[in-house]
Amino acid sequence: MTPAKILAEASRVDVAFSGNAVLSNVDLVVREREIVTLIGPNGSGKSTLVRLVLGLLEADRGRVFLRPGLRIGYMPQRLVIDDALPLTVERFLALGGAATRRARLAALGEVAVARLADTPIQKISGGEMQRVLLARALLREPDLLVLDEPAQGVDMTGQAELFKLITGIRDRRGCGVLMVSHDLHLVMASSDSVVCLNTHVCCTGHPETVTRHPAYIELFGPLATEGLAVYTHRHDHRHGPDGRVVEHDHTNSHGDHA
Amino acid sequence: MAIMPDFLIRALLGGVAIAVVAGPMGVFVVWRRMAYFGAAMAHSALLGVALALLLEVNITLAIMTVCMVIAVALVRPRRRSTLPDDTLLGILAHGALALGLVVIALQDNLRIDLLSYLFGDILAVTEGDLAWIFGGGVAALGVMAVIWRPLLAATVHEELAQVEGVAVARVRLIFMVLLAVVIAVGLKLVGMLLITSLLIIPAAAARACAATPEQMALGASLIGGLAVIGGLYGSLVWDSPAGPSIVIAAMLLFALVTGAARIFRMRL
Repeated sequence: MTPAKILAEASRVDVAFSGNAVLSNVDLVVREREIVTLIGPNGSGKSTLVRLVLGLLEADRGRVFLRPGLRIGYMPQRLVIDDALPLTVERFLALGGAATRRARLAALGEVAVARLADTPIQKISGGEMQRVLLARALLREPDLLVLDEPAQGVDMTGQAELFKLITGIRDRRGCGVLMVSHDLHLVMASSDSVVCLNTHVCCTGHPETVTRHPAYIELFGPLATEGLAVYTHRHDHRHGPDGRVVEHDHTNSHGDHA
Repeated sequence: MAIMPDFLIRALLGGVAIAVVAGPMGVFVVWRRMAYFGAAMAHSALLGVALALLLEVNITLAIMTVCMVIAVALVRPRRRSTLPDDTLLGILAHGALALGLVVIALQDNLRIDLLSYLFGDILAVTEGDLAWIFGGGVAALGVMAVIWRPLLAATVHEELAQVEGVAVARVRLIFMVLLAVVIAVGLKLVGMLLITSLLIIPAAAARACAATPEQMALGASLIGGLAVIGGLYGSLVWDSPAGPSIVIAAMLLFALVTGAARIFRMRL
């Protein structure tokens, strides 16, 4: 088996803000069909590394390589839209660029919130907003999905659903995923590779390897490894985006096109 | 009714034109929370007036230039500053206003009607002013149409828009320049102390009955135009100053539209 192609790579990058090192000598590789998750405490440089990959920031040293012609779908950390701006969910998606209404509805369907198309965007819940943001990223037909704290403002069961959705998208579309999170165990279950960041890369590798790494234990404490180490969520039912239990598998549209 | 005097026709034409242009600009001032920014730019306009008199150049051009310089100075990223943006804005705007007042006062041989710049003098709009208003207005509307979607995308989320290929900094700069043009031209009508209200009150009123960004922009133009007509009518009937009367008319329309929308929604 030939190794999967590299979509994005950062090599030995340094970033400092007003003299304070935020990233130092950091390496990162995201390959095709791979889910890479950045974890680390607040202020560890996760968002800065993401901004480098997105081209929103230049590294002081080192280099960032993106596969030529790479299409990136970006889901920002949080988005609050002023009440003064009258905007439906579908119109919000249209702001991302040229796409037909059909394509927009299909993208909303893929993240199971098609019913929200004509709802004012200020009226939807936090979990629904995350899905709408994901839909906007998907409309870019991305080779690489960049998700900054996708589970923010989403409750535990909702998070499990969201991560299942993201892995499903990867499986169907074959895109790479670069994700930021500080929620450990859910991420562990859905990632192929974890990069534990604290200005420098503390450890990196498969989730199971990383959770046993001394640097990881030092950073997150021994509690992080007890019981939570690798969380494999088994659900005998499903939840809608609002957290309600959805009774029958075939009645919901979690993106399973089985 | 007698035939309208020419000065009133010019006032109506100029005023409605400015209000129509102010509509789509004003909604962005509201969405981007730039009301104070607009006021700061308007305040600095007096420095433009003073410089124009000092250097004997066209007043409208001088105002535009000063507004643009202030706008560009304000949107530059200021990562190192420890002070909040609105504080810096206040320092710059009031400094420019004070400087303008002093420069004008020191020119003994010049007697300009300061009040007309502070509160506007719409009834004194000349044909030359009308040419500025229509020329600038058409250009401003054209540019707004071109930058509409990118500016809207950047207003919703700058970094998302940038990743999606919008030249965020350029679009924002273009909008600032347009705002400077509209403020410089609109100054003649309602004056620097009231120009911001012509940008934000019609836009705020239009929010109550708009379901899309475009509806809100059109509504703001419409309500602004009505406010100019109503304000001029009021100033004629009650012999009140025209500029403030237009702002009062805009406020009444705001109350009317917002109240009506609330009642209508309760019925539903």
